[in-house]
Amino acid sequence: MKKRNRKVIIIGGGLAGLAAAVRACELNMSVDMISYQPVKRSHSVCAQGGINGAMDTQGEGDSPEVHFYDTVKGGDFLAHQPLVRDMCHQAPAIIHLLDRMGVPFNRTSEGHLQFRRFGGTLFSRTAFAGATTGQQLVYALDEQVRKHESEGTVTKREWHEYLGAVVDDQGICRGATIHDLRTGKIFTLRGDAVILATGGPGNVYSRSTNSTVCTGAATTSAYLQGAKYANGEFIQIHPTAIPGADKLRLMSESARGEGGRIWVPRTPGDSRPPKEIPENERYYFLEENYPLFGNLVPRDVASREIYAVVYEQKMGIAGEAMVYLDLTHHRKEYLEDKLGGILDIYRKFTGQDPSETPMKIFPAVHYSMGGLWVDYEDDGHGMIDQNSVRNQMTSIKGLYAAGEADYQYHGANRLGANSLLSCIYSGLLVGRAAFNYSKSMDVASEDISSSVYEGEETIWNNRFEGMKRMNGKENPYSLHSELGELLLENVLIVRENSKLSSTLEKLEEIESRFKDVKCLDTTHWSNPMPSFINQLRCMIQLSKIITKGALLRNEFRGAHYKPEFDLQQPKNFDPHEYIDYLERTHYEEVNDSDFPEGHLDYMKRFQANNEKWLKTTIAQFKNNGPEITYDEVNTSLITPRPRKYD
Amino acid sequence: MKPISLKIKRQDGPNGRSYWQTFETPYRPFANVISCLQEIQKSPVTREGKKVPPVVWDCNCLEEVCGSCTMLVNGKVRQACTALIDNLEGPLTLEPMSKFPVVRDLQVDRSRMFENLKKTNSWIDIDGTHDIGEGPAIPDQDRATAYVLSECMTCGCCLEACPQFTLDNSFLGAATFSQVRLFNMHPTGATQKEKRLEAVMKEGGITDCGNAQVCVEVCPKKIPLTDSIAEMSRETSLLSIKKIFNS
Repeated sequence: MKKRNRKVIIIGGGLAGLAAAVRACELNMSVDMISYQPVKRSHSVCAQGGINGAMDTQGEGDSPEVHFYDTVKGGDFLAHQPLVRDMCHQAPAIIHLLDRMGVPFNRTSEGHLQFRRFGGTLFSRTAFAGATTGQQLVYALDEQVRKHESEGTVTKREWHEYLGAVVDDQGICRGATIHDLRTGKIFTLRGDAVILATGGPGNVYSRSTNSTVCTGAATTSAYLQGAKYANGEFIQIHPTAIPGADKLRLMSESARGEGGRIWVPRTPGDSRPPKEIPENERYYFLEENYPLFGNLVPRDVASREIYAVVYEQKMGIAGEAMVYLDLTHHRKEYLEDKLGGILDIYRKFTGQDPSETPMKIFPAVHYSMGGLWVDYEDDGHGMIDQNSVRNQMTSIKGLYAAGEADYQYHGANRLGANSLLSCIYSGLLVGRAAFNYSKSMDVASEDISSSVYEGEETIWNNRFEGMKRMNGKENPYSLHSELGELLLENVLIVRENSKLSSTLEKLEEIESRFKDVKCLDTTHWSNPMPSFINQLRCMIQLSKIITKGALLRNEFRGAHYKPEFDLQQPKNFDPHEYIDYLERTHYEEVNDSDFPEGHLDYMKRFQANNEKWLKTTIAQFKNNGPEITYDEVNTSLITPRPRKYD
Repeated sequence: MKPISLKIKRQDGPNGRSYWQTFETPYRPFANVISCLQEIQKSPVTREGKKVPPVVWDCNCLEEVCGSCTMLVNGKVRQACTALIDNLEGPLTLEPMSKFPVVRDLQVDRSRMFENLKKTNSWIDIDGTHDIGEGPAIPDQDRATAYVLSECMTCGCCLEACPQFTLDNSFLGAATFSQVRLFNMHPTGATQKEKRLEAVMKEGGITDCGNAQVCVEVCPKKIPLTDSIAEMSRETSLLSIKKIFNS
C-alpha cells in the first residue's frame, strides 16, 4: 500500500510556526506554510533580550526546577504546572539545538554559551545573541525551513492570509481558507491538521511594541468559529518602551539584566539634565522598594511601580509620563557588545546616545498571556506525554495553536525571555501532535467531500465582496485608532470596573460604526483594504473578550490589577507563612497569635480569593459576544502562594 | 509648523505605468515616513484634493529589524521606519526600489534574494532537532564576527545600490556572498563549504562583482560586505587552485 502523504497547514512563520514546520518535516509530513510576508520578517524578530534555560553554568545553584518555580510564581500560579515544568526541563536542549543551528549566542572566554540575568529570577539563565536574540533565532529556524523547502517538503505561501478553518459537519477541522494578498483570490487548502502560530494581538491597542501584522485576527477567527479563547484579559504591559506616535518601541529587559537602573529625580518637576542630578537626589524606586530583585522585578510589578511614580506621586521626568532607564555607568564598548541592537534603535528614533544620556522610557502593551484555549496531556508524573494528539489542540478537533497564539505557559504574567522558549517548545510539541493526529485519523482529509471546501470558499468570497462594497462614512484606519485609544485608556495597567463596563458599551458603539465603514480601495490587485476591514472586525470582537474578561475578574492577579480588590499583603509578610498556615489548618486550629499581626487575616483572604479566582477564563462566542466561564488550573506540583519580590 | 509634503511614485500593478502623486500630512514631532503613510491612509486625498486609493507599502516591525519597509526616500535606499522627518530635506520623495519588480506603489518583490539563499545552501546542516547535546565551542571573537554578518535582514539595500545587480541579470549580490561567508565560518557549516563556494563560482557569482564598494555604504546594519566579498574571492580562488591540483 502506498504511504499516504500527511499534510499539515501551518499559519504563521514566526518562531512557533517555524519550529513546528521543522519538526513536522522531520516526521516526514509535508508542510504548507502560510504567511502575510516572507517568514523571515515575522514579529518574532523583535524579541531582543534572550531565551531562558537553566544550565547553571555560573554555579549559582540554578536548575530546571527553579526555572519552573520562578515561571509559575511569575505567572501568579495561573499556568498549568506540568506544561511549564516540561518546558523548563526541555529548555537547555532547545538552546543547544538553536546553538547547533548556528545562532551566534554570546560566548564565555572558553567558548561556551554565556548567560545573563532577566526579570523575576535571581539566576543567570538567559542565553542571548547581542540584543537581537529573536531575530537570530528566527533566522536560524528560517534557514532550516528553507532547507526543507529546497527539498520540496515545505511549500511556502508568503503574501497569503489565513481567513478561517474549514470545519466539516462533524465539527472537525479539515483545512483552511486562504486569501492571496496579491491577486485577492480566496481558496481553500486541504490538510490533516491546521496549526495557528499567528502570534499576539497587540494591535488591538493600536499602539504597542508589536509589529503591524499582530492583529489577533486569525485566533479571533477561530473563536468566532467556536474555539474557546482563554485568559484574554491578561495582557502584559512591558515596563520599558520608547514612547512614539506610530509604535512604542521596546527597550529590552536585558538593559536591566546588564545592570540598567530605573530612576526619577527626587524633586518632582526637576528639569535639570539627568547627568547633573547627583546620586542622592535620584529616586531609584525599584531598588528601594524591592531590595532583593531590584530593577529585575517581574514586568507586571515594574510597570505598576512606574505608573504609580508617574501618576500617583507625580514624579515623572519634568512632569511628563516618562522615567529614566540608565546605562551610563557602563563602558561604551561593553554596552555595544551586549546591547548594541537596542541602543541603535534608541539612537535612531530619539537621536540620543544611551551610553551618554539615560534613556527616557514608559510602559507599553507588549504580549498576550491569553490566547486560544489548547489542550495537553500529562504523563501522570508531572511532565507532558510528548506523543499525545491532544497537546496544543484547540477545542476544534484538528485545529491547533502554538506560540503567543495559545494561552498555556505564562499564567497571569510572563517572565522575560520565556516567550522565545514557549514559542519553540510549543512549536516542536505541536509538530509532533499534528503528526500523531494525522496517523490516528479515521477519514483522511483527501477523502472529505469537496463540497465542504466549496461551501467555506463561498462564505468568504461573499464576505469579502460585501466588505469591498462597504461605502459608509467611517475610515477603517481611523476607527482602528479610536478602538486602540479606548483600550489604552481603560484596559491597561490599572483597571476599574466602572471604566471597564463603560468601555464595553463603547465597544458596541464602535461595532455599530464599523458597519458604516468605507472600503477606500476597490481594486483587485494587492489591495490591503478588504483584509484590513476583516482584521478590524476581528479586533473589535477580541477587544470584547479582553474587556469583558477584565470586568468580570474581580481580583488582582499578575498583570490584571484592580486596586479595589488588592488583598493588601502585610509589609513584613513571608510567603512561607502561608505554606505553614495551610499545613497547620490540616490538623489543628490556627489562631491569630500564631502569626504576626494581621497575617492570618490576610492569608484567609488570599485562600478565599484563590478558591474563587484561581481559574482559567474561558470565552466562547455567543450572541455576538463572549460568554465567560471558568476552568480549573492544574496546580498539582507547586502550592499557590502569595508572590513577593522584596 | 508647516505640513509634511510627500511626493510618492505610484504604480497600480507590475505591468502598469508609474505616476506621481503628492500628499500633505500635518507635522508631528518624531514623525517618520511610515507614520506619514499611516496618516495618508486615514485621509487619502492628494494635495490637489483628489480622493485616491491609499498608498500601498510593506512594513512590519517599525524598528529596523524586519527589513520590510525598504524604499527610496529622497532617492536614497533605506528603511522608511527609521527615516525621521526632522532629519530629512522636504518635500520628501518616496519611490519603490528599482532593482526588484514593483508589485504595487512602494511594494516590491524581493523573492529573488530568498531564492539566492537556497542556491547557496545558506543553512547549517544539523542531524536533527532531538536532544543530541551541545553545539561546538566557538571563540567569542569568532561569534562577534559571525553576529554582525548574521544581522542581515535581507532588506536589499546593498543590491539596490549595486551597479552590477540589475532587474534581469543573475548576479547574486553582496547580501548572498556575505551569508555564504557566515555559514562557511561556522564549524558545522564548514562541512558544506565547497558546495556553497561552487554556487558562488557559477554565472552571476563572485567574479561578476565590479568592486564598486557602494553596498557597504548603504547597509543599514553596517555589515562589512566588502570584507565578505574579499573573503569569498579568496575562498573561491583557493578552491580553484585545489581543484587544479586534484584534477
